[in-house]
Amino acid sequence: MDAHVNATSSSGGAGIADGLSGAASRLERRPKQQQPRSNYGSNNVDQADGAILAVPNVVIRPSGSGSGGGGRPRLSGGGAGGPPDAQAEEEQGLKYGAQHVIKLFVPVSLCMLVVVTTINSISFYNSTDVYLLYTPFHELSPEPSVKFWNALANSLILMSVVVVMTILLIVLYKKRCYRVIHGWLILSSFMLLFIFTYLYLEELLRAYNIPMDYPTALFIMWNFGVAGMMAIHWQAPLRLQQGYLIFVAALMALVFIKYLPEWTAWAVLAAISIWDLIAVLSPRGPLRILVETAQERNEQIFPALIYSSTVIYTYMGTHYTPQQSQPTGISSPSSSNSTTTTRATQNSLASPEVAPAGNNSRASSSRSGNTRSTLTQDTQASAAEGMPLVTFKTHLRGNAEAAGFTEEWSANLNERIARRQIEVQASNSGNSRRSNEYRTVTTPHEGAQQEGQEERGIKLGLGDFIFYSVLVGKASSYGDWTTTIACFVAILIGLCLTLLLLAIWRKALPALPISITFGLIFCFATSAVVKPFMENLSAKQVFI
Amino acid sequence: MTLPEFFGCTFIAFGPPFALFVFTIANDPVRIIILIAAAFFWLLSLLLSSLLWFAVVPLRDVLVFGVVFSVLFQECFRYIIYRILRSTEQGLHAVAEDSRITDNKHILAYVSGLGFGLVSGMFALVNLLADMTGPGTMGYNGGTEIFFVVSAVQALSIVLLHTFWSVIFFNACDNNKYVQISYVVGSHMLVSLLTLLNAQELYKTTLLINYTITIGTGVLAFRAAGGSARSFKRFITCQ
Repeated sequence: MDAHVNATSSSGGAGIADGLSGAASRLERRPKQQQPRSNYGSNNVDQADGAILAVPNVVIRPSGSGSGGGGRPRLSGGGAGGPPDAQAEEEQGLKYGAQHVIKLFVPVSLCMLVVVTTINSISFYNSTDVYLLYTPFHELSPEPSVKFWNALANSLILMSVVVVMTILLIVLYKKRCYRVIHGWLILSSFMLLFIFTYLYLEELLRAYNIPMDYPTALFIMWNFGVAGMMAIHWQAPLRLQQGYLIFVAALMALVFIKYLPEWTAWAVLAAISIWDLIAVLSPRGPLRILVETAQERNEQIFPALIYSSTVIYTYMGTHYTPQQSQPTGISSPSSSNSTTTTRATQNSLASPEVAPAGNNSRASSSRSGNTRSTLTQDTQASAAEGMPLVTFKTHLRGNAEAAGFTEEWSANLNERIARRQIEVQASNSGNSRRSNEYRTVTTPHEGAQQEGQEERGIKLGLGDFIFYSVLVGKASSYGDWTTTIACFVAILIGLCLTLLLLAIWRKALPALPISITFGLIFCFATSAVVKPFMENLSAKQVFI
Repeated sequence: MTLPEFFGCTFIAFGPPFALFVFTIANDPVRIIILIAAAFFWLLSLLLSSLLWFAVVPLRDVLVFGVVFSVLFQECFRYIIYRILRSTEQGLHAVAEDSRITDNKHILAYVSGLGFGLVSGMFALVNLLADMTGPGTMGYNGGTEIFFVVSAVQALSIVLLHTFWSVIFFNACDNNKYVQISYVVGSHMLVSLLTLLNAQELYKTTLLINYTITIGTGVLAFRAAGGSARSFKRFITCQ
C-alpha cells in the first residue's frame, strides 16, 4: 500500500510539475485539497478559498515533487532525489502498506465484532417484522421463486434509490451546495446517534433485563449523542472519533440486518458491490466524478463519511497553532477551516516560515495530528503510508437519506460504499507532497512533518464497514460460528487483495466487490457444505 | 457450570495459541497478514474436502473417507502456500519492516502453520463452545461428561501440531527431505484417523498417542528450525 502511496506521490509530483491531467495527477492533487480540509464546515466561499489556496500549493509543489515520494519525508532528509527515490519509496511504501492493512483490519474487525455480538445477544435484531419503505415485497411466501423475485425487486428499488441519491449528491457537490450537503450529513448522523442509538440502548437493556429510568436514559443519550456529533463533525481525539464512526457503521449495519428481508439482504449485498464497481471504475461513474471533482477543488471529502486512521479535520490543527490558525479555529468549524487555509496561504506569501503554514492548514492539522500521534504512534506510521479510501462523498448522500428514513440510509450507504473507493494514491501523493513541502519550507516545524505523515493515514469509507458487517452479521444470525469465521477471513483476505491491487494499479478502487464476493461465496459454501461436514466431525470428535 | 466450562475449554484450546499470537505475531503486520492468508488457504482446503464429502453421497456416513481426503487436501494446500510464500519471498523482503521474516525462513513456516492450526482448531471447536454456554447439556442422555474437555484438549494438540508440521514441512521442502515430508503427511493422517476412536470414547488411547506425537513432532520441528539440546538448555537457563 505504501508503495502505492509513494509511487503515486512521485508520479503525482511529476504530473503536477508537468501540468498533466492524468489520473495520478488528480489523485495527487487531493493532498493539496487536504490542506483546505476545512471543506466539511466550509462554505462555498471557503471552498473557493481552498481552490485558490491550492494554487499556491501547486507552486510550492514543484520543489516538493522533485523530492519525490511523500512516504519518504520521514525517512529521508529534504535532499532525496527524484528518480532513484521512486523505487526506494515504493519499497518503503510497501512496508507501511502492511501496517495500513492492519490499521484497516482492526477497525473492520471491531465493527464486525460489535454487530456479531449484538446479533447473538439481542434477539431484536435477529427477526424482521417491520420493513423499510424501500422494500415493499416482504418475502412472506414460502415459495423460493417468489422470494427470489421479491428480493430482486427489493434490491432493484433500493439500488435505484441509491443511484438517485448518489447522483443528487454529485449534482449538489458540483453546484457547490455545501450547506445542503452538510445539513444532510449532520441530519443523518444526528438520526443515527440519537434515534437509532436510543433504540439500540432500549433493546440492550431489554435483552439483559436491566431497568432504567427515563432521566438516566436521556442523560446518557444526550451525552453520547452530543459527544458523537462533535467528534464526527467537529473535533475530538482521534480514538474517540474512530470509535464513534465504527459504532455508527455498526448501528447502520444492524439496521440493515434488522429491517431487510433475508433474501433481499443478500441481493442488496451483491447489487451494492456491483454498483460499487460501476460507480468507481466506469469513466462516468458518479463516485469517480465525485472523487475527481474533489481533487480538482483540492477538497477533502466529508469526514463524516470516512473512517480515517489519522486525523481528518483541518481545523483540528487550530488547537495547536495558536499563532496563525487559532482565531480561525475558534470560529465555526467551516469558517475556521476556510480561514485557516487562507491565513496559511497569506503566511506562505509573506514569509518562508509561514510557507509551511501555506501548508499552515496542514501544519495546524498536522500539529493536532501530532498530539494525536503521540497518543498513537501507529496512526502516524499509517498516516505516513497514506492509503485513503474515498468514501466521504457517498457518506454525505447517505447521511442525508439517513435523516429521512432507514431505507434512505441504506441507499445512502450504498452510495457511500461506492464512494468509498480507495483513493489511497491520491491521499498518499498529497501527503507526500505535503511532507515535501514541509521539509523544504519548514524544517524547524517537526510537528508539521509529523502532521503530514499523519494525514497520510488510511481511509476507508464507512459504507464498506457497514456492508462488511452486514455480511458477517447476517451469516452469524443463522447461529453457525464456522460460517461467521469463514466470512470474516474471506472478507479480510478480500480487503488484502483490494489493497494489493491498489498498490499495483494505483488508481481508485472499490473496496466492496472482492471482499463481498469472497464473503458471499464462503458464507453460502460454508453453511451449505462445510457446516454439515464439520458438525459430523465434531459430533464424533474427529479432528482433521 | 456452563459458563466456567466454556471459559475453561476456551482457554485450554486457545490459551497457548493466543499467547503465541500475542508474543510472536501481533507486533508484525506482515505476519498477521500471512497468518490470515494461511487461514484462508486452510478454509479452501476444507471447502474442497467438504465438497468431495458432500458430492459422494453414499459415503457421507463413512467419516474415514472424508477424513482421509481432508488430510490430503490440507497437505496439498500446505504445499501450495509453501510455494506461494517462497515465490513472494523477495516481495516480502521488500515489504517486511522486520528483515528477520525473510532471513529466518522458519518464521514464515511457523506463522503459516499457526494460521492453519488456529483456523482448524476454531472450526473444530467453535460450535461446541457456543453450545457449552447454553442450557446445560453436559453428559446428558448417557453421554460422557468430559466430552467438551476432551474436545478442547484435542483441539489444542491439533493447533500445535499444525504449527510444528508447517515448520518441518517447509524445511523439508527447502532441503528436499522427502522422509520428513512423508512423516508430516503420515503423522497428520495417523492423528486424524486416531481421533475416529473418540466416537468409542477411547479418550485415554487417543489423547495419549496424539500428545506423544505432538511432543515428538515438536521436538522434530525444534531440530528442523536449527535447535539443539544445547541451545534448548541455554534458552531454559536464560543464557
